[in-house]
Amino acid sequence: MKAYTIKRLLSLLPVLLVVAVVVFFLIHLAPGDPAAVMLGPDASPQDVENLREQLGLNLPLYQQFIAWFSGVLVGDLGMSIYMNQPVLDVFLDRVGPTLSLAILAQGISIIIAIPFGIIAARKRGTLTDQGFMVFAMLGVSVPSFLLGLLLMLLFGVYLGWLPIAGYSPLSEGVWSHLQYMILPAISLGAIQAALIARMTRSSMLDILSTNYIKTAHAKGVKERLVIYKHALRNAFIPILTVLGQTFGTLVAGAVVTETVFNLPGIGQLIVQSIVRRDYAVIQGTILIIAASYVLINLIVDLLYGAVDPRVRFNKK
Amino acid sequence: MEGNVTVQTNELFLKKKKEMQKERRNLFIRRFLSNKMAVIGSIILTFLGLTAILAPVLTSFTPYEMVAANRLQPPSAEHWFGTDNFGRDIFSRVLYGSQVSLAVGLSVALATSIIGMVVGLLAAYYRLLDHILMRICDGLMAFPAILLAIAIVAVLGPHPVNVVIALTVVKSPEVARVVRSAALVIKEQTYIEALKAQGASAMRIIFMHITPNTVSPLIIQVTYVFAIAIIIEAALSFLGAGIPAPHPSWGNILYDGKTVIFSAWWMTIFPGICIILAVLGLNLFGDGLRDLLDPHTNKANK
Repeated sequence: MKAYTIKRLLSLLPVLLVVAVVVFFLIHLAPGDPAAVMLGPDASPQDVENLREQLGLNLPLYQQFIAWFSGVLVGDLGMSIYMNQPVLDVFLDRVGPTLSLAILAQGISIIIAIPFGIIAARKRGTLTDQGFMVFAMLGVSVPSFLLGLLLMLLFGVYLGWLPIAGYSPLSEGVWSHLQYMILPAISLGAIQAALIARMTRSSMLDILSTNYIKTAHAKGVKERLVIYKHALRNAFIPILTVLGQTFGTLVAGAVVTETVFNLPGIGQLIVQSIVRRDYAVIQGTILIIAASYVLINLIVDLLYGAVDPRVRFNKK
Repeated sequence: MEGNVTVQTNELFLKKKKEMQKERRNLFIRRFLSNKMAVIGSIILTFLGLTAILAPVLTSFTPYEMVAANRLQPPSAEHWFGTDNFGRDIFSRVLYGSQVSLAVGLSVALATSIIGMVVGLLAAYYRLLDHILMRICDGLMAFPAILLAIAIVAVLGPHPVNVVIALTVVKSPEVARVVRSAALVIKEQTYIEALKAQGASAMRIIFMHITPNTVSPLIIQVTYVFAIAIIIEAALSFLGAGIPAPHPSWGNILYDGKTVIFSAWWMTIFPGICIILAVLGLNLFGDGLRDLLDPHTNKANK
């Protein structure tokens, strides 16, 4: 297990390096002088020159990269030229609603998807199963921001049950927080739920046809016990992968979904930064999200070892 | 006399070969038609494609014409899908928008197939290259697709071509991985070994003998890429970072519609239905194709 952990950790380094290089070169994609683009057409040449100096754009490219990268390693992601604050602080200020949304959506999707997946697997081939799967197919095909708009139309505008947009932080009460978060969380969680339900179903089907499950049935173990204790434990491994892999997608989806509902999270920050041409913020934000995506996948991989001893011993 | 016989057997052989090809084609068509998902998917896609191409025939309004007197009209006999806050006809904006959305999706699908195919094949064949290319792919795949696309378009500027470039960068690694893993299996087959022994060049082996066997998984994967490209294009335009206004695209109509969601449901519902139809059609088509071409990985339908 130790060797496996170390090997996985080492394999991260090249990936993170590529991530850093891509993020670094993003700013150089800008047509013309990035400093001039950032300051807009009205800036004086002196201001542009000062910004070039400040950003180190006059240095050779590799020196720029080394300077930038050594900053990143100690948590210095540069300054937001619009807010005149370190990018990391700006990010941390805004990350609350996005994380809250992603976690709620993940929770909702797990609660819906796993029971539905199990039922579909047990009633395989029946109308119930087919109905669930058609529903899941539809769920995968509705982008979360669109589902958000449709839910907003139904519950906010037509029925008037919930506020259509806005935010109330968790510190001001759980109930009002949930009131603002529930529609965004459902619209974000729906695709996730559909994916997990499909994965649960196919993974359960694989397990239910194995011999040890048949043996358990033959011994007269209660159906419920067979499903939840014997089968689900093994079926959970592929489900865990999907959960890990899609959490990154979920955070990215949260970014779009929250702009639908005007939640003051990372998504709004990115969209505002595009308008303000605040490239440092865009760079820093996607660097943090990509890096955390890589780390989440690492944790999921290591969790395998905990759930499934076979991984510990086979993968050397 | 002898030559004549050879010609005859040759003709006979060609005839038999043609018959067999025809039989195989008929079998494929029969299997395709019996696959409900693939059939429904292709019907939806054909319908959307036709309405996009025939947009000038189907509507007499242009997507840009603003009539202030007609602002925010609900659907009527004249304006089937209503009008927007500038008095433009939504039906024609949705139709012309589907041209833009489908064109972006199709371009991304083509570009990622070509890049993904070349990268995947080279990585599978050359060990050293594999390490380098796959680490780059891993790095690119660590970015959530939509965020990297937003960042690229934010820097390059909102333009349909930039949207295509961004999506191609984001999605090519995925396609490359699929092609690579298919090619790795083929590479170990005996016939490839035989070709090497005969002295066939690497390029000949890769492009003449390995490539055809990677086409099915490629097509299946690219169908999903097409669907995701449509979703991301719509999301980008909805965020105001995709196709620039006033050009119609499904995402742009949703963007305009959000500000008037209280009074004009039709601006959200109709482009929304189109996006869902397009993505559903592609997903169904992809799943159907997977069942047809690749029975081993067919897990969803066990």
